[in-house]
This record gives sequence, C-alpha cells and structure tokens, in this order.
Amino acid sequence: MTALTDPLAPPPPLHRVLGLTDVELAAIVDKLGREPNGLELAMFSVMWSEHCSYKSSRPLLRTLPTKGDEVIAGVGEQAGVVSIGGGLAVAFKIESHNHPSAVEPYQGAATGVGGILRDIFAMGARPIAVLDALRFGDPSDARTRHLVDGVVRGVGGYGNCVGVPTVGGELVFDPSYQGNPLVNVMAIGLLEDGMLTHASGDGPGNLVVLYGSATGRDGIGGASVLASATFGDQDPSKRPSVQVGDPFAEKLLIEATLELIAKGLVVSIQDLGAAGITCATSETADRGGTGMLVDLDAIPRREPGMEPFEVMISESQERMVAIVEPTRWDAVRAVCERWDLPVAVIGRVTEERDVVILTAPDGTGALDADGVPVPGATELARIPARALTSEAIVFERESRPPARRRAAPAPGAAREPVDALPLRGQDPGAVLLALLGSPNLSSRRQVYEQYDSNVQSNTVAGPGRGAAMLRIKGTTKALVATTDANAPVTQLDPWLGAAMSVAEAARNVSITGARPLGVTNCLNFGDPTRPEAFWQLSEAVRGLADACVALGLPVTGGNVSLYNEAPGSAIAPTPEIGIVGLLDDVATRVGPAFEADGNAVLLIGETAPGLAASEYARLAGAAPEDGPPPLDLERERALQAFIRAAIARGLVEACQDVSGGGLAVALAEMCMWGERGAELRVAVGDSPAVALFGESPTRIVVEVVPRHVPALELLARRHGFDPHALGTTGGSHLRIELGGGGATGAAEDRGSRIADALEVSVADLRHAWERGLPRALGWEGDGAADHVAEAALPGQEVND
Amino acid sequence: MSVRVGIVLFPGSNRDIDAINGLTVAGVEPVILWHEDVDLSGVSGVLLPGGFAYGDYLRAGVIARFSPVMRAVADFAARGGPVLGICNGFQVLAEAGLVPGALLRNRGLRFVCREVSILPEHLDTPFTREIGERRPLRMPVAHGEGCYYADEATLDELERAGGVLWRYAAVDGSVAGPDDPGNPNGSLRGIAGVRNTAGNVAGLMPHPETAVESLIGSEDGLGIIRSLVVSAAEWAQTGTITGTTPTAGLAAGGAR
Repeated sequence: MTALTDPLAPPPPLHRVLGLTDVELAAIVDKLGREPNGLELAMFSVMWSEHCSYKSSRPLLRTLPTKGDEVIAGVGEQAGVVSIGGGLAVAFKIESHNHPSAVEPYQGAATGVGGILRDIFAMGARPIAVLDALRFGDPSDARTRHLVDGVVRGVGGYGNCVGVPTVGGELVFDPSYQGNPLVNVMAIGLLEDGMLTHASGDGPGNLVVLYGSATGRDGIGGASVLASATFGDQDPSKRPSVQVGDPFAEKLLIEATLELIAKGLVVSIQDLGAAGITCATSETADRGGTGMLVDLDAIPRREPGMEPFEVMISESQERMVAIVEPTRWDAVRAVCERWDLPVAVIGRVTEERDVVILTAPDGTGALDADGVPVPGATELARIPARALTSEAIVFERESRPPARRRAAPAPGAAREPVDALPLRGQDPGAVLLALLGSPNLSSRRQVYEQYDSNVQSNTVAGPGRGAAMLRIKGTTKALVATTDANAPVTQLDPWLGAAMSVAEAARNVSITGARPLGVTNCLNFGDPTRPEAFWQLSEAVRGLADACVALGLPVTGGNVSLYNEAPGSAIAPTPEIGIVGLLDDVATRVGPAFEADGNAVLLIGETAPGLAASEYARLAGAAPEDGPPPLDLERERALQAFIRAAIARGLVEACQDVSGGGLAVALAEMCMWGERGAELRVAVGDSPAVALFGESPTRIVVEVVPRHVPALELLARRHGFDPHALGTTGGSHLRIELGGGGATGAAEDRGSRIADALEVSVADLRHAWERGLPRALGWEGDGAADHVAEAALPGQEVND
Repeated sequence: MSVRVGIVLFPGSNRDIDAINGLTVAGVEPVILWHEDVDLSGVSGVLLPGGFAYGDYLRAGVIARFSPVMRAVADFAARGGPVLGICNGFQVLAEAGLVPGALLRNRGLRFVCREVSILPEHLDTPFTREIGERRPLRMPVAHGEGCYYADEATLDELERAGGVLWRYAAVDGSVAGPDDPGNPNGSLRGIAGVRNTAGNVAGLMPHPETAVESLIGSEDGLGIIRSLVVSAAEWAQTGTITGTTPTAGLAAGGAR
C-alpha cells in the first residue's frame, strides 16, 4: 500500500486500503442504510472485486448466447453442464490464475488446477481431464524460463497427484506477456444426470457444513489484491495473497464430495475459491433466496489469533461448503471422517436474506445445537446476501477505439498482398523448417511429458496433436476437447480475433468427426478503466457472441480476467476459448496423421491474403501491413458441417486444419505424425508466402483413399466448397511444387529468387520440430529435453 | 472365472480406476481393499495400484508401508499369494522390503509420462506366464520417482536368481541402459520391474493395467494382468504357483 511508504502522510481510509473506491463505498452505505464496519468492508471488498463481481464485464456478458437444448446447467453455475444422452452429461469450465502464477509460479498454477477441478466436482461430476493454456514472454529471458518451469511443474505436481489427466492445452510465447503471463486452466467432468448438484442454499433450518482443509492465512484477499488490480513487477508483498495447494487433500475432497452426492446426503454443494467463506455463503444464500447465520467460532483454523476478516476472506484451498438437512449430519460427518477430512457445522440457513457473522464472547460457539444464537453472542457483520452477489455494483465503462487500429476486413474483400518473404534467395523449405522449429510451432513434448496424460484409462488422443479425445467407458462415445485463442489477430482487431478463436476451436473439434457441444471462455484483457482496453473487451465479446450464434454454440460459462497489465505494457488481449465436443461412435474418429501411402490429399476452403499476425510475419519481423485475413462465419459453419458429414460417412482417412504456420506447416505435421512424405502441388495466386504460410481460416486438409475422392468432392460441392487436389501421400520427403502464375513470376517481379518447389525430408521436418522448444527454453541436456525419440518405438506399428 | 483379485486403495491412490479397468478387461471382478483392512481372506491375488499414497510428500510409499493393510499384504505374500505392485504400488512394495531395491527420483528430476517399451526377461513367472512370446511391450510410464536402484552385489544376485522380470527397451530392441532414450528414468541396468526371491511378489514402474485396449494406445499390458489373474486362480486352487518357492517366504534381499 503505497500510502504507507510516507510516514508523515495521514493513513488512507480503510475502504481504499481494501481497494474500494469512494463511489463503491457510497453504494455500500446505500445498500446497508448505514456505515459498514471493518469486517463488512472487507467482505464487500472481495465480493465487489472485478474477479468476483464482474462489475465491468457483466453488461457485456449478458449479450452472449447461452441457450441450448442440451444445456442443463449454464452461466451462473459453478460450471456449465451439457447432456450427452444415455443419462450422461459433461461439465466443463475454464478459469484464469494469471497473477498468482506471476508472483509464485508453482503454487499459482497448482491452485489454478485445484480451483477449476472443484468447480467441476461441486456439480457432481468426476473430473476426467484438464487442459492448460499458458502464455509467456520471451523464452530466452531468464525470468520467463523461471516462470515456465514453475508453472509447468505446478500444473503437473497438482494434476498428476489428484489423478486427473492433463490431455491438452497451449504454450505460446509473445513479448506482450513478459510482465504478465497467462495461466488458463480448463477442466472437464463426467456425471450421471442424477448426480447434478446446484449450489443453492435451500431449506431454512438446514445446516451449513464446511469440510476439507482448515482455514489459514494464505490467500488473504487474493481476489481483490491480485486478480483485480494492475500488476507491479514481482511484488513480494503480494506473496501472502497467493494460495498454497495440497493435491492430496483435493483428491480426498473429490472422493468425499462425490460420495456425499451419490448417497444423497447433501442439498447443495459449493466450492470455496475466491473470497472464501464470504463468497460461498453469500452466493449459496442468494441463489436459494435465503440467508445464513455463520458461527465464526465453529470454523476450523490452521493457527490461533486469526482476525475475523482473515477467516472470512481467506482463500485457503481444498475446502467445500455443503447445505445439509439436520437428519443427515451424522452420515455426512461419517463420510468426511472416513476420508480423513475435517468437517464442521458452521451455520444455518435462514428465512431472512442476510448473511450474518456471529461470535460468542468466549469464542466457544455462537450457535446452539438448534442453530439459535447463544446468549451474549454478538453480530460481527450483517449484509443482505444479494448485496454481495447478484446486486453487486456494476459499471458502464467508457469504450473508445485506439487511434491507430486496423478495421476488420469485409469477408472476401479485395486485398493488396504483401510478399516480403521468402526472403531474397531463401528456399521456402528453409522457411518451413524455421517455422517448425519456432517457439510457438515446435513440439511441446518436453512440457506435456511432465503431465500424466493417461491416468483413468480414457485417453484416446492425448496432448501434442490437436484436439484431445477421451472415450467414455461403457459406451461407444468419446469427448473431444480443445482450447484456442488467437491473440495476435485480437490485438489488431478484437472482433475478428475473438471470432477466429471460436472458429478455430470448433474446427479442431469438428475435424475429428465430433460435434461441438458448447463454449467456455476465459477473457484475458487489460485495465477496463482504460477506454481502449474496454473497447477491446467489448469488441471481443461481440465477436465471441457473433461466432457462437453463427456456429450454433451455447456459451455455458467462463471467467473474465482483467487488469492483465505490467508496468508499461498490456498483454495482447487473449480470448481463450474452450470447446467440448461429442463423438457418438469413437470408431469413426479421424486423426491428423497421414494414414497410408498412395492416398489423395485435398485442400478444402479458399486461401485469402493477409499475413499480419501470422507466425510467418513474426518470424520475418514483418509489420502487419497486410492486415489479418478475413473470416466468413457462414462459410466456417458450412465447412465444419461438411467435414463432420464426410467423416461420419467414412470418406476421410486423416484431417488437419490450416492454422498457425499456414498450409505448409499443416502438411508437414500430417507427414511427421504419419511418418511418411507426400508429393504435392499448390497453386499460387499472387503470393507464395500467402499460399504456403498464410493463416487465413476456414481451410482444412484431408487425406482420402482414391476410390472415395469422387464421393468426397460431391459432398464438398453440396456444402458449397470446390476441393483443390494437392497430390498424393508417400515417400520419405514432403515435396510441394508451387504451381500457378504467381509461383515464380510474382516473386521475380519483386526481385526475390524464390525456389519453385519445396522439398524436405520427413526426418528433417521432425528434427526441427522436436528440437525447437528445448532450444528456445535452454532445456537441451536437461532430463526432460533428453530422450528425443527420432523414430518409432520397437514393437510399434507404423503411424498408430 | 470366479477368482477374486483385490485392489488396495490407499488415500491418494489414483490408478485404482485403471486397475479396475485392467482386471475387468482381463475378465475378473476386482475387490476393493481399503487401507485400513486387515483381512485379505477372500482374495487370491493382490494388486497395488498407482497414485500418490497418503500424498507421497515425504518419499513415495514411505507412509503407506506402515498402513494396516500392508501388514495383511505381507502375511498374504508370506503365504505365497501373488502380489503385483504397479508404479506407486511398486514403490510401496520396495519401501516395505517385499521386493529388492529402491526407486529414486528420475534421472531428469522431472515427472515423466510417455509410452515406453519393456522386454520381459522370463516367460514362465507368475507375472509373465500369459505374455506368450518375448517381444517389446508398449505401455505408458507416469512417475517422478522410478529410477530403479540397488547396489551392484544385489543387482548381480538379482539377475543370477532371475529376479529381473522386465527391462526398458531401446529403439533397436536391445536393453536400454540408464542413459538410453528408451529408459525414461535412468534405472540401473534398464530394470523396469523385479520380483522377490520367492517369486510371488513383483513390482514394475510402467502401467500394464492402462495398456489393455488398443483404443487407448496399446493392449500389450494385458498379458501381465492376465498372468496375475491366472496365478491367483492357481494359488486359490492349489495353494502354490508354478515357478515360485514360497518357502523362501519374505526373503527380499536388497538395497536397504
């Protein structure tokens, strides 16, 4: 608190110390009809934090489409839940833990995993998968390396111990994240319909039961101090605000919670995350249209001498609140004790809609056995539950586009291509190898091999090759999951970038044959009180809504992380999209690896100009003069409908979408993963760079056995697409001949001597791709970077 | 078959789900044994699953060895019953001295999860009898403390007595030494799994119970799980298992 640095300055008023503005204090006084006391102010300060109240983003989020026939729990719940038929449903949600991870990377990331897992099993679902989307600054920077190592160990240390596989995610490097890394974690759970549980404090007279770890001084004010304020450089004074995780306790908490729900012992369950007991009690009461008497003395502590406000806002991990009918208490206690979890009755549900905090003079319990305050019990706080939650303050922030911004190009608009690359005399094959070895496109193996990706025996497709796939035991079904965010385009055009992020995430699900079920999102943006930053947020939400409507996807939940700014720099706005899809028959699944020699390779979708914000432009250090490529959401919908239909009919051997690094990288991946080459010809319009490395969306590459080509082409045309035959799989090299007038002519016009063919051995592609990340992070020679398998394992059938 | 194989559930076990799936695919109904159980009568085979028993914050398996159920498992082993420890289960058996050697932190000092190939050393033991031919078996590893260690004398004796059951395989199919990419954790002499002197207690770091269906990557582990089931059935019927010398009882030999 800077005001304390000047000993002569008068102490600032408490509400400001707690991060509340004078306007917010006035609103609090108005809602209470009186001045709040210190404890009440502390409770408001965390509940009215951006993190808990969404006070800046709520008006925007209301514009998102949230309805869907299969959605059985949506926005406002702890996690979205979508029915997948057969009496089963899937729960999923993504959340950020950015600032804690910047202060203490291991614990910040670990508790990020723990927190999102609790959201999932609090709904009655068993967590079956985690995906982690990570973004950092320059990989050659010492602090970045420290953060990457700590975050990766934290994600693994927690997820591996609780026994939930980490099956996917992202790892992206961009200078804009230098002072403010992003750690977004998505969790997925599976439940039987009957297990669905809501966090609603129903039934006055019912018990408020706290179980799990005892409450300590860790994570005091995490929501307000860390998650909702612009961020200074590594500030040790904030370290006490970072929570400390105990994955073993979480594992017990999972088993105990699912047992409590399965046995029908609880009315409702809510996890304790941001704002701790204050949030859990007020949200639960508000949802149930009730109130609560909370006995401060009854809350198990880790240490003596904790102040009431510390107990009420502590974010100690691995805790849950259950609403329990009095007759079930003994059974609830028995379950918790079997799992060695502390459990206590800390209050009662009441008719009156206030959250009331009580203590006894001798601190031995403020409520008697019937939940009646004992004589002499004093009220430390009394706040209407809705004032802390559903009626928390909302701001209409000022929104202003930045002076220099690039408008979203109209779909199909004519464009002036800029082709600075391949550089003079540079072989496009060398460019491809450089891209494959670049920090953002190279293999993530040295990272994801630190995560248990197959525990629970469901992992059909793990990390490293596009969307993850998990079979559902006892059925023919599988779930497909992915996270995607196109921050570079969002930086140039927030509407376009957010829409592209949704389109790519959905495409990555559709190309396996699965049908996307719904969207969860984590909006990582800057300080909403800066009009430019708020404009980015509102434009991105508009793009998110437009894309979800166009693709018929309901938004089932998510989270907003604002104030992602370090001194002098804001992050590239990052709309992280998580999508879960359903594949009815796992036997029909399609992967991105070439399956056999002699098959036809086709490109579906049109290549559009626009190299800005591409990995190619990053490699070339090129300014985004070309603008980002356009996106036609209707074409995107049609393309994904086409590929799902083609896969369902068994016409497709392999499919990969064109994204980071463009068509050449997509083809290289299909070759590497299939351990075979291909003889291809790519028609070049004006620009070889656009044709090979452009990242225009709504394009996929498919591998088809020759006899199925006519049927596939017919199906494509019926969906409005004219397939481009590229060539044939086989051989030990990826060879791409550049056809069309632009191949040499256009290049020569600009004086560059571009080769008219690209030819690289699959072994060289793989070597560049495998070595890129350890080289970038300085992990070569490190145990995790050793053991780069250049060939198939013995006993391994080719390309399985 | 009516054979009953018990899965020991410690607080913190998390591959119990995989063990249940593996045994189910192998055709038996598993019996869950709680860590406080002291009576194993009714099961004719025991599987210690992977996970982080009691959190493993101090050292893998070091707390679990003192749990009530482990006394029962030791008695069960002394009576000649077949016991297989997988990953954390192997670590617990080693800590309990029921199999020789110790599991140290991976040479890379990082948790490692990847598919490896292991070579079965003998095909006539209670835990390899159903594998069939000697060929590399693909299955995942997922551990932070899997570097097999014992002093040279113990290793020599172990190899002489046929105590090494599985070794990590290199790309060319040979044994993967501590520095070979095929060896995920630096285990001495490429050792992935061992058995006790009596021959009825074995442990390995890789996960055969997770490699029982090609849909989830491999079914090469099924032979090992089936071997446990067949040995459990044989022990239930005859009180002995082919290829063991129960009289040796608890003899473990070893690093400690």
